[in-house]
Amino acid sequence: MSSPAPSPVHSGARSGRDVAVVAFAQSSHTRRTDQLSEVELVMPVLHDVLKQTGLTANRIGFTCSGSSDYLAGRAFSFTMALDGVGAWPPISESHVEMDGAWALYEAWVKLQTGEADTALVYSYGKSSPGSVRDVLTRQLDPYTLAPLWPDSIALAALQAQALIDAGLTDERGLARTAVRSRRAATANPHAQLRGSADVEDLLRRPYEVEPLRRHDCPPISDGAAAVILAAGDAARALHANPAWIRGIDHRIEAHQPGVRDLTESPSTRLAAAAAGAFDAPLDAAELHAPFTAQEIVLRRALDLDDRVPVNPSGGPLAANPVMAAGLIRLGEAAALIHRGEAGRVLAHATSGPCLQQNLVAVLESSAGGTR
Amino acid sequence: MTTAAELLAGIPELAGAEPVTRVTIPARLEYTYSPGSAQARFLTALPEKRLLAERCPQCTRVYVPPRGACPTCGIATPEQLELPHTGTVTTFCIVNIAAKGLDVEVPYCYAYVLLDGAHVGLHARIGDTPYADVRIGQRVEAVWDDRRLGPSLASISHFRPTGEPDADPESYRRWM
Repeated sequence: MSSPAPSPVHSGARSGRDVAVVAFAQSSHTRRTDQLSEVELVMPVLHDVLKQTGLTANRIGFTCSGSSDYLAGRAFSFTMALDGVGAWPPISESHVEMDGAWALYEAWVKLQTGEADTALVYSYGKSSPGSVRDVLTRQLDPYTLAPLWPDSIALAALQAQALIDAGLTDERGLARTAVRSRRAATANPHAQLRGSADVEDLLRRPYEVEPLRRHDCPPISDGAAAVILAAGDAARALHANPAWIRGIDHRIEAHQPGVRDLTESPSTRLAAAAAGAFDAPLDAAELHAPFTAQEIVLRRALDLDDRVPVNPSGGPLAANPVMAAGLIRLGEAAALIHRGEAGRVLAHATSGPCLQQNLVAVLESSAGGTR
Repeated sequence: MTTAAELLAGIPELAGAEPVTRVTIPARLEYTYSPGSAQARFLTALPEKRLLAERCPQCTRVYVPPRGACPTCGIATPEQLELPHTGTVTTFCIVNIAAKGLDVEVPYCYAYVLLDGAHVGLHARIGDTPYADVRIGQRVEAVWDDRRLGPSLASISHFRPTGEPDADPESYRRWM
């Protein structure tokens, strides 16, 4: 992107209490989980993340989850998943009808207030009961857009075509992104699609929605993820190498995709500036780009060149449990720091059609970047 | 109340336009619900007139229908057990308004029945008795509907009084 990095609009996202991700867990993501109810899907992930810290649910200061009733096809579906937490005696708890990355944001705000020192954040998505392509049309303007049922792949194809028309990528470039992501996922035991045919082979395959082929689209996934946040000394006590959230911010663009320039993501750029992403070099980035073309948009908005590894986990092209895929980006970014593989990592999450709403966080080891 | 015409009056470009007062936008999404392992076991036992429950290994509470997790302890409930068809009314109401799509004549009595050995009430109707006689502590038993046996709680038509003396309040006080 040619414009200079904007100055932070406010500094609130980078002051206050030091809060870190101290644990991350996720399910093995699969196309269907017919044998599991939502609580049966979520509970092992909750147990895993709690076990990593030695905490129990009743010692967590705040619990926040993200999910969508439209995926489940049932009202208040998240209340059943809460059975997996053990919310008795009654706990301080909240829910967002959004990706878990926004549940993490709410928990981060709660920790900033000083009302809690630890937080459990989890999210899950079972896309298999319905048709997720159709379900996602229900987030569009109900009067002028939703009646046309423009499905999620058709909208992503409009964005991809706009990028190609602007000379910013081509179908070969998109295929390279798919191959890189799914080959990276061979090292990720939780990923759904691991490995890829080569670019030439992929480009011989038919279009799904032109100019997108199947490899440009995310898999349809069922899955869950959980993260534990802790502030200050609590974080240092719970992990030898906490992943400190140095900045976090989220911004939203117009609801109507037709009024946006789909080749750019000003909301990502603003959120990144407010989170301090441009202040120092990054060791890696986990981007919530479910479609190959969206990674091009995000790379431009974030000034990421080829020196910064993007989605070493494989990213959402390798596993895309809707409502959890954004939280997984934050978790994977933190895990790189936990394992000592990176010192400064950007995590991004998105919501809405064509990257409408975007959250950016910068995570650092205690020593900071770079490795 | 402001009318649609009054709202349009403030927009010069729409002067004289016929106000749109209603749009109908049909939307239908279809789902295939999967109840998960615990509830599937419960549902598939109903055609055999069996009531399957699960016990929490930590707090020992017995849940019916089972959901695979103890909401109190947040842990899996792998131990399965079969409950008798008898229980105690722990609360009830008389419904006088017919629910849409429910093939039941009003008034009817809707109750929580604490099955013997369970620690949560099962939702059920009470029948074969004057509603004025229904009371907390009353002993009841399941009446199965042989024409509707299937993987659904509709397999139980209703519960009816057994005629036993009322249960000791101490036996159900904690589980109301």
